Parts: sequence; structure tokens; C-alpha cells
Amino acid sequence: MTDGRPQPALTLDRVNKIYRPKGKPPVRAVVELSLAMNRGEIVALLGSSGCGKTSTLRMIAGFEPVTAGSIRLAGRDIHQLPPARRHVAMAFEGYSLYPPLTVRDNIAFALKAKRLARDEVARRVQEVAHLLDIEDVLERYPSSISGGQQQRASLGRALIREADLHLLDEPMGQLEPQLRALLRGRIKHFIKERGLTVILVTHDQTEANALADRIAVMENGVLQQFAEPASLRQRPANLFTGTFIGEPPMNVLEADVAVTERELRFHLADGVTLGYPHTAFEQAACAALLRRGRVVLGIRPHAVRLAPTGAPARVEVNQWLGDQSHVAATFAGSMLVTVEHRRVPMAPGDVIGVAFAPEDLHVFDIDSGAAIVHGRRAA
Amino acid sequence: MEHESRLERWLRGIALALVVTFFMFPIVWIVLMSFQTNETILRMPPSLLFTPTLSNYEALITGRLVSNAGVLEIEFMSNLMNSAILSVGSVTIALLLGVPAAYAFARHQFRGSEDIAFTLLSFRFAPPLLVLLPLTLYFQELGLADTYVGLIWVYQLICLPLILWIVRGYFEDISPDVEYAYRISGHSWWATFRDIALPLARPGIAAAGLLAFIFAWNNFIFALVLASADKQPVTVGALAFVTASGIQYGQIAAAIVLSIAPTLALALYAQRYLVEGLSLGAVKG
Repeated sequence: MTDGRPQPALTLDRVNKIYRPKGKPPVRAVVELSLAMNRGEIVALLGSSGCGKTSTLRMIAGFEPVTAGSIRLAGRDIHQLPPARRHVAMAFEGYSLYPPLTVRDNIAFALKAKRLARDEVARRVQEVAHLLDIEDVLERYPSSISGGQQQRASLGRALIREADLHLLDEPMGQLEPQLRALLRGRIKHFIKERGLTVILVTHDQTEANALADRIAVMENGVLQQFAEPASLRQRPANLFTGTFIGEPPMNVLEADVAVTERELRFHLADGVTLGYPHTAFEQAACAALLRRGRVVLGIRPHAVRLAPTGAPARVEVNQWLGDQSHVAATFAGSMLVTVEHRRVPMAPGDVIGVAFAPEDLHVFDIDSGAAIVHGRRAA
Repeated sequence: MEHESRLERWLRGIALALVVTFFMFPIVWIVLMSFQTNETILRMPPSLLFTPTLSNYEALITGRLVSNAGVLEIEFMSNLMNSAILSVGSVTIALLLGVPAAYAFARHQFRGSEDIAFTLLSFRFAPPLLVLLPLTLYFQELGLADTYVGLIWVYQLICLPLILWIVRGYFEDISPDVEYAYRISGHSWWATFRDIALPLARPGIAAAGLLAFIFAWNNFIFALVLASADKQPVTVGALAFVTASGIQYGQIAAAIVLSIAPTLALALYAQRYLVEGLSLGAVKG
């Protein structure tokens, strides 16, 4: 059965979900989604609301039928099994605790079926309660605790179970930022210590970056990129991922590519030209750029350099956030945002010079949005 | 509310007293009548002072009414029994059918689900007579006329929509995630329905059942048309006191008191459920 390589824990093979609401056109919530994750891996499904991440999760859990495609978990086809037989645990975003039971009983509930000794159940409940900082509400009823506490109880109820796969649906959406940051570290440690295989659904990049080994970025039901957090940032596969990942978002400028004897040039709007020596880009990258003619340039706000000799930009807004300045300026007919980790003395109306180093440039195809060049290299 | 003046409290008290008097007066009057003989009831002007008598109740319970015109046999106790059989039977069947149906309507959108649910509700719009005439003919053909089964079946027109719609609202109020969480931890949908949905919807089910019981108990027209003397409930049976020799007001009053007693007792007992159940989504656990 196996050929020596480790079997993926979960495989989605060309999974589709089409909703057909009555009297309305059908909605393609998930389109041809293929994805394989390893045992012990944490994968985040990241995207804005309506991108198909929750539909994907619900298909894996078995709450929504798969319109087409297949799902394999731990060597079994599960997409036609009822949820009870999929051997999957799930933490819910909203109110999912059983009202007549205390928080302790809600968490312990999943273990009761396994006939563990009472001491063992108590020990494990104590452990996750400590992990999630809800020891003080264990004896309370769900209706008498806060939304954030309910959410953590739901998370605890999922984490305490032994399952082939743990699904976490926006598990920390209702928590305070400080608590969220604290719990992220603890939860990741807990998951890694036990080798759990986890899918996390979130719209929060920070959460995805902090928790996940790999992130699947989704938009309009289509998987845009599935990669490690650093690689998503450094080598976005397309314009969508490029602008979606990172805060503030990547600056985007349309440009015509031209070549002269000395330089490779990007002609932007309003007669602004960026020129780079031929050696700034590798040969394959140069060739790819010239083939296109017209492209989209992407530059992250942190990478924009302020240089008196650079191309002129007019400051519109300068915001000091306490630890960094966000400067928005009109540049080549678009808005360009830069981030400086110091307080910069600029007022609206000032003209500044900006420059982009070739290693910080991302270039995308203007039609398909596919990445052509990252830094000096071809994508 | 905390800062209401003495005048406001007085006005509120008076308003409440008026409302209570308005609604309670007929019932109190009937109760008083049930302890009087026909002579004291009919005297002019009426008076609140009389020597109470239990003769009306005695006649109803023994089934023999001795009057100037002779001895009249009264079927009241068997009518009361019929009412109980019909109401309990109808509500039981309506609960068995309606609660799972309500769950299905609340949890699953299937082709035509809204249409079916609305059709069931629409049974309550039609005047009963509209249904009764054709039904009488069919029932005679089928041998269902004048049977408990036939009557209970027709009573579903009253009970089923009520239970379906009230209980459906209750199921819809339960967060589906509560059920999903139970299912994913290894339970079938049936176990989830039994262990999670049913207990959580219990107040709604109780309220709907109670209301259905009261409506079934108070029904007059179905039984009047479809049942003969030995299957008639109290609502129809009370007509027997309108006799050739006069109207037996005392016995009618006693019969009314006896026949509203069970529903009244039930309603008082389950008042909390009723209020909760009828305010539907407004009250959450």
C-alpha cells in the first residue's frame, strides 16, 4: 500500500462545493480544491469572508455534502461518511456548548464515550483548562460566561479529543488581543507536543503566521497559494496573495517594460520612469519581463526607501503610530504607502524622493496576475 | 419603572382590576350558577345570595336528572371521557408526527420544504365547515365516521400545524453548532436529535402540546358533525341540557365548570412554559 514515503494525513482531491439557493443562481463556494497535508502539520485556511474556507472545513467535518471530488483522511475516503464516523474533532467559532452542562462537563463530554477512568478525565480537563485559562469557569454554565470563555471552552473540547484531524474554526475570534497572543503560543506548543494534525480557519494573518506550518490562501473559492508563511510573503504566487498578505498591503503600480542599452526601464503613469542596470535582474527574469511588455509592479510598504535622489512623491498623510510612521504619498498617479520605523518629519504637501531596490520588487502579469519576478529572480 | 409615582401605581391597579373583572366575570358567574337551582338562577333581579346546592354536580356525575318533566338520562361523564380520549389521542399523535417534522423543517432545506410547511399552516386558515362537508361523505364511505380514529385524524387539522410551527421555531433557536459538536464527537443524527435537540426544545414542545390539547378539547364543530352521541365530547354533549321542557342552566353551568377544569388546571400548571413557548424566539436559554 505505501511505497515508503509518508502517507499524507489529509488529501482533498478536486473538491467542489456548489450551493443552489432557491430562485437564485448557484454559488460556487469551493472550486477544484486540491490540497495534501502531512500528519502532525498545522495548516491555516486563510481568506476573507466568503472565500470558501469555512465551506471547506464543513465539508471535511461532514456537515456539508461534497458536490464533487473526494476527501481522504488517514487512508480512508471520508467524504461520504457521517460526521460521527470521520474521527475528526472540531472547535466552533460561535455558541456550541451544550447549555444544560457545566463547562467542565462540556469539555469532558468528548472523553466520556471512551470510558476513561474518572481521574484521567479530570486530569485532562484540568490540563486544557489551564492551557486556555478557563480554570475559574469550569463549574459555571455556558450562559453565564463570556463569549470569549465559551469559545475557549469549545476549543478545549476539541483539543482534548484524540482524533485523526482537529478542525479549528476561527478559534480565537472573540478573544482580547493580548490573550490571543498568549494563547497562540501555548496552543501551538500543545498541538506540536501531541503531534496533532490541525486545520485552522482564520481571516487573521497574524494568527495564521503564528500558528501554521503552511498557509492555504483562498479567494472566491479558489486556492491561490499553499505555502509556508515566509514564502507567502517573499514569493507570492500571484497579485492576490501579494496584496492580501502583509500589513499594510503591498503597493501596486502598473508599468510598461522597456529596454535601452544601459538600463531596464519601467515606465509608470505621469511620466515617472524607474531605471535599473541590466545586471540588477537575472537573465531569465529580464527575458520574462521583456516578453510581457506591460506588467504590475508590487512593492511592500516596508521596502519603500526614502531617498532624496529618488523619484518624487507628494505626501498626503503622515501618521505616527507610536512605534512606526505610515506615510501615504501620491506617486505616479497612485497612492504609495511607506512604513518607517522612526518618526519622520513630513507634512502633507511635502515632496519626498522614493526608491525601490530591485531585490524588493515583485512583478506580476497584468492579465492573469501570476508572478513573473520576485526580487532579482524569475518567479 | 422604579420611579413610578403613587398615582401611577393606583392607575395601574385600577386598570388591572378592570381587565381582570372583564375577563373573569363570566367564569365567576358560571361557577356561581353551577351551585344554584334553575329557580334561583332565573329569578329577577339576580342576586349573589343563595343557598348553594350540589344537586347539579350530583346529576351530572350520577347521570340521572330528576325534574318536573320526569327523569332525564345524561351522558355527561361519558362525554367527558370522550373529550379526554380525543384530546389526549390527538395531541399524542400530533406530537409523534409533528416534532420530528418540525425538526426536519428547522434543520433541512429540501425541495418544497417551505411550501409543505405553509400548506400545513394553511389548514388553520380554512373555516372548518369547508373541510367538513366533503370529509363527512368520505368518512362514511371509509367507515371512519363516528369512530375515535376518524375523529382523532380530523383533529390533526387542529393540532399538527400548531405543534409543527411552534416547535419548529424552537428548534431553529438552537445553535446548529451545538448539534454539530455532538455529532462530530461520535453520535448519529438520531442520537443528536434525541439527546440534544429534544431536551433543549422541551419548553416549546410542552407549550405546543398544551395549546394543542386546549384547542382539541374546545373543538365543537368536528365532533358535532362527525360523531354520534356515544363518541361526543363535552362541548357537544352540553347541548343535551337544552331539552324540550326547558334549558337546564344549573347543569349546563356545572358541566362547563367540569369541562374547563382540566384545561384550566393544565394551563395554570404549565403557565411558564406557555409564556415561553408562545414568545417563540424572544426567550433564549
